Amino acid sequence: MSNKGKGNRVIDWIDYRLPVFSTLKHTLVDYPTPRNLNYWWNFGSLAGIFLLIQIITGIVLAMHYTPNVDGAFASIEHIMRDVNYGWLIRYVHMNGASFFFIVVYIHIFRGLYYGSYKSPREVLWWLGLIILLLMMATAFMGYVLPWGQMSFWGATVITNLFSAIPIIGTAVVEWLWGGFAVDNALLNRFFALHYLFPFLIVGVVILHIVALHTHGSNNPLGIDRKGPQDSIPFHPYYTIKDLFGLSFVLTIFFFIVFFAPDSLGHPDNYIPADPLKTPAHIVPEWYFLPFYAILRAIPDKLGGVLAMISAIFILFLLPWLDTSKVRSASFRPIYKKLFWLLVIDLIVLTWVGGKPAEGNYILIGRIATVYYFVHFILIVPIVGLIEKPKPIPNSISESVLNNSAKKEG
Amino acid sequence: MFLRYFIKFLIYVLVLISFSNLLLAASDENKYEKKTFAFDGILGKIDKASARRGLQVYTEICSGCHGLQHVAYRNLVDLGLSMDQVKSFAAQFEVTALPDEEGEVSMRAALPYDKFVNPYKNTNQAKAMNNGAVPPDLSLIIKARAGGASYFYSLLAGYKDAPDGFDTGNGYYNVVYPGYIIAMPQPLYGDDVEYLDGTEASLEQEINDLTVFLTWAGQPELNTRKQMGFKTILFLIFMTIILFLSYKKIWKRVKSGVV
Repeated sequence: MSNKGKGNRVIDWIDYRLPVFSTLKHTLVDYPTPRNLNYWWNFGSLAGIFLLIQIITGIVLAMHYTPNVDGAFASIEHIMRDVNYGWLIRYVHMNGASFFFIVVYIHIFRGLYYGSYKSPREVLWWLGLIILLLMMATAFMGYVLPWGQMSFWGATVITNLFSAIPIIGTAVVEWLWGGFAVDNALLNRFFALHYLFPFLIVGVVILHIVALHTHGSNNPLGIDRKGPQDSIPFHPYYTIKDLFGLSFVLTIFFFIVFFAPDSLGHPDNYIPADPLKTPAHIVPEWYFLPFYAILRAIPDKLGGVLAMISAIFILFLLPWLDTSKVRSASFRPIYKKLFWLLVIDLIVLTWVGGKPAEGNYILIGRIATVYYFVHFILIVPIVGLIEKPKPIPNSISESVLNNSAKKEG
Repeated sequence: MFLRYFIKFLIYVLVLISFSNLLLAASDENKYEKKTFAFDGILGKIDKASARRGLQVYTEICSGCHGLQHVAYRNLVDLGLSMDQVKSFAAQFEVTALPDEEGEVSMRAALPYDKFVNPYKNTNQAKAMNNGAVPPDLSLIIKARAGGASYFYSLLAGYKDAPDGFDTGNGYYNVVYPGYIIAMPQPLYGDDVEYLDGTEASLEQEINDLTVFLTWAGQPELNTRKQMGFKTILFLIFMTIILFLSYKKIWKRVKSGVV
């Protein structure tokens, strides 16, 4: 520790033997950060905070929840009605999941725009994608726990996807169910895994942060730092910026929690699960809709499942699919436009995913699915080769000073 | 930069939502009318007098077929009933008592801590008594239907004579219900109850009171939630402003190149 002798003697004694305090100080206080990060860099710490919110509210909910097909639905109503502020804890948990995904999706788009997946941050990018996959599994299993109609039928549809695996498909599905139908055995294991997975996420988040701090944060210019003049300490500059961002996002979050807590969910999940009654349209939570749209775009079951899985796994290859040496899209005139086209494509997929698979929705879904893959497999590699990047500034500090000079002039 | 992008983003999202709503309206089967209620909006509240009248409509008309299994009699205190009133209200109903010392099971009068007594012993009985259709429990009916309170209101007001040649089979014609054929006969016509507080029991009045009561039954926390939300949001806006000003002040050193 730099201020050894000045600090608390107990802290020094412990830190000399187990450097927890100096590690924390390095991570949250001294960590040299590029001086030019914009607001899009707020979303990493926001994701961490939403993970914490989910874990804390989730643990409290687990104390009052009954993981049994006969009691699950009623225990949720018990939480909503009889547990002190149970309704608040549950609404925060429900909508917290949605906000966790919003924040993480923006975080990923930030990475796509500013080339944060490029060397030397490939492993950092992979760890992030692993977090996304774990989040999806956790969210899916969590949605099953209230044992409403959408819980039950969503679980039925998604677990049945594994039957697409040739030869052993049916055996795999029965193994997942722990029986011959979606029933109590599945609800019990989903509850156990839903409790376990967030802690796996915490583990991968720690690795994600270690990988981040090895080469430091990327920045909007996408150029490496040349010297100390390009960095500022994380505290107080980014702590206050992250706190402001957090407060802003929490305002929107709590507006939803208090005034429209059910707006992001499906009304059918307030009907208890009934294995004999299929809902008119089975739709997953909104954050799965783009993948659901890709699944349904392929007229073959196995093909659909493979396409849906590929939609995420293709992102693992992105560091090599992107042939451009320039990180930031600010200096890539063609890629910049294509990036926004991809955003629109994903919004279209989200929208189609929530519609019944009929008529024009099928056609729109197929076009958007094809474009998604064409973007990554064809457009990104080719654009990287033919595009002529704009001139890149020499250093971060030079660019920052030019900008402030321009503003004053 | 950020603000400009954010505003742009919001505009796109709004356009998208309104666009998809337009398409949705074209394909949606539930043609309910959007109603306004006293509990709508940020400062909305459950009107307790109206909810009490709704309780009367539920008890005298609906409870013959529909349960309210997640609501306990003691919850009625929220609507302004005294504990004595709750006790005598609960005492009208009978529940199965715990086995006595000899192991005999008998019936006893319901107590405030009991949940609303179900009209049927089980779903099979419900089915058998209603041509195979189970009348849904009403505890969460407002939350469990797209359109919520507006849909519920429109549905009860949606019974019309079937057009010539329209065969409703065993059901009844309702312009709001998906597919137009509903298994439930028209429950309310106006003057179905004699309100204890002397309010005139017109059809609209009854439907509105019942909607208010069932909205409360589904979200007994509504009043607390909205009051708490209002204070929380005010605090968060204030905190966001303070943090923004602090951020600007701290970053002055960076912007001017001192750090």
